[in-house]
Amino acid sequence: MRVNRNRYLTQSIAKIFIWISALSTIGVMILILFQILSKGLPILSLQFFLDSPRSMGREGGIFTTIIGTFALILVAILFSVPLGVGTAVFLREYTRESRISRIIRFGTDCLAGVPSIIFGLFGFAFFVIFLNMGWSILSGGLTLAAMNLPVIISTTEEAIKAIPYSYREVSYSLGGTKWQTVTRAVLPSALPGIFTGIILEVGRSIGETASVILTAGSSLVMPNSLFSPIRTMSVHFYILAREGLSMDMAYGTGAALILLVLMINTTAHWLLNRYIRHRV
Amino acid sequence: MPRENKIVIKDFNFYYQSLQALRDINLDIRSKEIFAIFGPARGGKTTLLKSLNRLTDLIFGSSHTGAILLDGIDIYDPKISLTHLRRRIGMVFDLPTPLPMSIFDNVAYGPKLSGKTKKCLNEIIEKALRSAVLWEEVKDRLHTSALRLSGGQQQRLCIARVLALEPEVLLLDEPCSGLDPISTASIEKTLGQLKKEYTIILVPHNIQQASRVADRAGFFLNGELIEEGPVYQIFTKPRDKRTENYITGRFG
Repeated sequence: MRVNRNRYLTQSIAKIFIWISALSTIGVMILILFQILSKGLPILSLQFFLDSPRSMGREGGIFTTIIGTFALILVAILFSVPLGVGTAVFLREYTRESRISRIIRFGTDCLAGVPSIIFGLFGFAFFVIFLNMGWSILSGGLTLAAMNLPVIISTTEEAIKAIPYSYREVSYSLGGTKWQTVTRAVLPSALPGIFTGIILEVGRSIGETASVILTAGSSLVMPNSLFSPIRTMSVHFYILAREGLSMDMAYGTGAALILLVLMINTTAHWLLNRYIRHRV
Repeated sequence: MPRENKIVIKDFNFYYQSLQALRDINLDIRSKEIFAIFGPARGGKTTLLKSLNRLTDLIFGSSHTGAILLDGIDIYDPKISLTHLRRRIGMVFDLPTPLPMSIFDNVAYGPKLSGKTKKCLNEIIEKALRSAVLWEEVKDRLHTSALRLSGGQQQRLCIARVLALEPEVLLLDEPCSGLDPISTASIEKTLGQLKKEYTIILVPHNIQQASRVADRAGFFLNGELIEEGPVYQIFTKPRDKRTENYITGRFG
């Protein structure tokens, strides 16, 4: 009897603990969103999105920073996804577990743990100064690509690992070459996993400030080429708040940033679901 | 009427690293017959099938001695095109293996690999699905996912997928394992049809199936071919004591 009662006691304590942790997580999230959105949403208007910043961002909108954010992310994805997916395919399909693959994997694991400011410093020294690209979309995008490469590699590798051996066997048995097997039987099934990696990369890139200032600058002028410096929304937010220019505009930018992330994630999930529905 | 030999296996040995899976196999497969390879598990049946279309090449550390001739040409000749060989010798696996795409795309997978254009695909696919006795069941939903078909339909889809390449030899590795008797019957009926055009090597999922569909059979035990011959002879008057013991259910 005693033992039995103890079991029920443990059970109810566990239940309470689990409920508290779930509720407090949601609570913190709501608190943050409420804080930003309650101060930021009143600032938002169509004008705010479509006007360029005036007088250092104290007035006007955030249009150039939205363009800067998208441009930077696009460049980062354009460079990191082909390289990362290629590396993952090499590790999973073109080599067996060997010294080389272990060294590459160890390298990417180390890179994944490097603080982003170090990547910023590297980007500044290498892309901005040494390759003479200056503060630009290209320097910033390449830096973000390098930072996110390990994420793309490991999510793609996990996705490829989860694909049944039989898919490959079927493809080979129907007369497929290795390349055909990888591109037609393996990668299409790994696409949802690769997508997850891209979404993680977008999230990380949007939030990045220090390394972006070091490599892409903080210009408020509308960019006209890959070599133009830009300011992203996060950097704009940081500068507005840090320099005490305008807290209202800072919160407005913050709210816009949250909406942007929400939009990107919903679109990505919608696309992904459509893709999966066609296959199963 | 004696028919020509489609496949000749000569002194064939196969090793997974140091483990020998096949020992001195000598076997002739005749054109347009159904040859059943039967015996207990781990006897080398699947290894032999996968050696015939060289899927064993994918396994690290495997090696072989001896030769396998297809129409008199050694399939292990370095000059032979591997992709061409695999298109001539199609294989269906022991579990249904539809790829996660539509029914149409599954059957079109092989022809597309060899660069068949969109225009002739429709015809190829209808023909393949008809040969696998699946057309009537799926003709209205060719573009839905193959994963939604039943197990028996999936397996017939896999047969259609192989037939779309118009191979010369079909390797069927327990194509009815995991299927109900009705699906099994429909696949066996399909095999009877296919025999007219293809040479078929079948690993049946039980002895009864071998006796129902095969012309000749070979008994494999621990990597050795114990005996081979016409089905009626093997199942009524086996020459080897071990074959008799297996058929009568003393072991296995």
